[in-house]
Amino acid sequence: MAQTTASPAGGHGGNAVLDRGGPPRRYRLSRWDLKASPYLYILPFFAVFAVIGLYPMLYTGYLSFFSWPRFGAEHGSAVGWANYVHVLQDPVFRKALVNTVGIFLLSSVPQVLIATVVAALLDTHLRGRSWWRMSVLLPFVVAPAATALIFGSLFADKSGLVNDVLGGLGLSNVSWHGERLASWTAIATMVNWRWTGYNALILLAAMQAVSRDLYEAAAMDGASRVRQFLHVTLPSIRTTLMFVIITSTIGGLQIFTEPRLFDTNLQYQGGADYQYQTLAMYVFNTANSAVDPYPRAAAAAWLLFVLIIAFALLNFLVIRALQRRSA
Amino acid sequence: MTRRPRALVYGLLAAFFLGSAFPLYWSFIIGSVTRVRASQNPPPLLPGGHFLENASRVFDRIDFWSALGNSILISGFSALSVVLFSTLAGYSFAKLRFRGSNALMVFVVMTMAVPPQLALIPLLKEFSNLGLTGTQFAVALPWLVTAFGVFFMRQYLVDAIPDELIDAARVDGCSMIRTFWTVAVPAARPAMAILGLFTFMQVWTDFMWPLLVLQGSDVQTLQTALDQLKISPSQTLSDMALLQAGTMLATVPLLLLFIATGRHLVTGIMQGAVKG
Repeated sequence: MAQTTASPAGGHGGNAVLDRGGPPRRYRLSRWDLKASPYLYILPFFAVFAVIGLYPMLYTGYLSFFSWPRFGAEHGSAVGWANYVHVLQDPVFRKALVNTVGIFLLSSVPQVLIATVVAALLDTHLRGRSWWRMSVLLPFVVAPAATALIFGSLFADKSGLVNDVLGGLGLSNVSWHGERLASWTAIATMVNWRWTGYNALILLAAMQAVSRDLYEAAAMDGASRVRQFLHVTLPSIRTTLMFVIITSTIGGLQIFTEPRLFDTNLQYQGGADYQYQTLAMYVFNTANSAVDPYPRAAAAAWLLFVLIIAFALLNFLVIRALQRRSA
Repeated sequence: MTRRPRALVYGLLAAFFLGSAFPLYWSFIIGSVTRVRASQNPPPLLPGGHFLENASRVFDRIDFWSALGNSILISGFSALSVVLFSTLAGYSFAKLRFRGSNALMVFVVMTMAVPPQLALIPLLKEFSNLGLTGTQFAVALPWLVTAFGVFFMRQYLVDAIPDELIDAARVDGCSMIRTFWTVAVPAARPAMAILGLFTFMQVWTDFMWPLLVLQGSDVQTLQTALDQLKISPSQTLSDMALLQAGTMLATVPLLLLFIATGRHLVTGIMQGAVKG
C-alpha cells in the first residue's frame, strides 16, 4: 500500500518497501484512493458553489443583456446594455445608490472605531473575563429581522423612546422614518448594535497575539497607555483591522433586512420617498416589478457587485498607502 | 499592560453592555404592556403583565410553532451538513497533498466576496422549475457547505493533527476515509462543535433567501413569520405590543442557546480570527 500524506516525514523511500508486498489489485485500489480522495473531499464545496454561486452569477450576467417579460417562459431577444441604461437612469436606483453608501458610511466607520476601543478595553486583566467577552456578543444572537422591529419601535416617530428622551432634553422630535439622514442614522444604529461586539472580539484576538515584550519595552521608554495603543497595538493588528474593514464593507453594502423591516408602509419601498431604500432592496423589488423584472434586477445586481468590489479595492489601497507612509 | 484595569475600564464596558442589552429589555417592556399603553407618551419603562395575552394574539396571526419547527429543522440540518462537508474539505486542504491545493483554497476564500443578490434570480427560477419553492429543502440548499466553514476547519486542522498520526494510520492499512474518521474527526471535534453552533445561528437569522423562496407559501421560518406578522392586517403596524411580543418569542430560543454555549461561540470567533 502506497501512502503519502502532507507529512515531510512520510517520504517515498519508506513506502516503496511496503508497496512490494501488496497484491496488484489492492495496490491499484489503494493508489486510486490516495490520488482521488483529496479531490473527493473538497468536491462537495465546489459542487454546491457551482450550483448556488457560480452558475447563477454567470446566468444573472447573461440575463442582464436580454429582455424577459415574464417569469416561466424563456427569455426574449438580446437588448445589449439597455437594462443597465434603464437601471442607471432610474431615479429610484440613483437614490438607492446614495442611500446605500450613506448608510454604509454611518455604520462602518463608527463600528470599526468603537470595536477597536472595546477590544482594547477587553485586552486588559479583567475580572470575569469570559463573562465580559460574552456580554459584548449578546446582540449578535438577535436576528436582523428582530433587530429591525425592535429599533423600529425605539425610533418610532410618535411614541418612540428616542424621541421621548430628546423631548426630555428639551430638543425637538426627529422624524426618524421621514427624514433621509435621520432614517439612515436609525438603520446604521441597528447595524452597529448587532456587529460592533462581534468585530471587537476579532480585534481582541489579534491584540492578544501581540507580544507583551513590546509593551514592556514601550513602557520602559516612558510611553503612556494611549501612546502604547497608538504605536504598538494599532500597527500590530493592522492585518486583522483590514480584514474587519473589508468584511464590514462587503456586508454593509448588501444591507437589506433592516431597512426593509424599518418601513412603516406596506410597499417595502424604503420610505414614502424611497429615502432609505438600499440597492439590495432595489434588486429585490425590481424582481417583483411589472416590466422586464428579471433582466433589470439582474443588471442592478451586477452593478451592486461592481460597487462592492470597487469599495473593497478602495479600502485595500487606502490602507496599504497609509501603511507605506507610516512605515 | 500587566496592571489590573481601573474602574474606568469596567465602567465603559458596563456602559457598552447596557447599550447591548437595553433594546432587548425595551422589546420585552413593549411586548408586555397593552396595545394602547404601547403607543402612549411617555413610553413605559417597566414591564407590564400582558405578555401572555400579546403572545396569544401572535399565535392567532401567524403559525408560530410551525415556523419555530421549520427554523430548528432547517438550521439543524444545515449545521450538520456544513460541519460534515467543511471538515472533509478542511482536512483535505490542511493535511493532504494534491495538485492545485493552494490555488483552490484561494478560490474558496474569494467566493466569500460574492453577494447573494447576484444569485437570487436564477436560483429562484431553478427552484421553481424543480417545484422546490416553498419547501424547507429550498431554504437549506444554499447552506449545505460554506466557504467560511471550509476555511475555518482548514485553519484549525493544520495544527490540530500531527502528520505522524495520519502516517501511522496509513501504515496500519487504513483507507483514506477510515483515516479521516479515526484520526481527523476526533481531533476536529471542538472546532466542529463551534462551526455547527455558528452555522446554526447564521441560518437561523437568515432573512432574504427564505423570504424570496417561501413567498406565498405555508412554510415559513421564524424570520419570515415576523415579516408576515408585520404585514398581516394593516392595523398591525401601529400595534407595537403585538410586534414586540412576536419579536421576543422569535428571539428567546437563540438567546437560550447563547446563554448555554456563548463561551464556546466567543472562543470560536476569536480562534477563526487569529489564524485568519
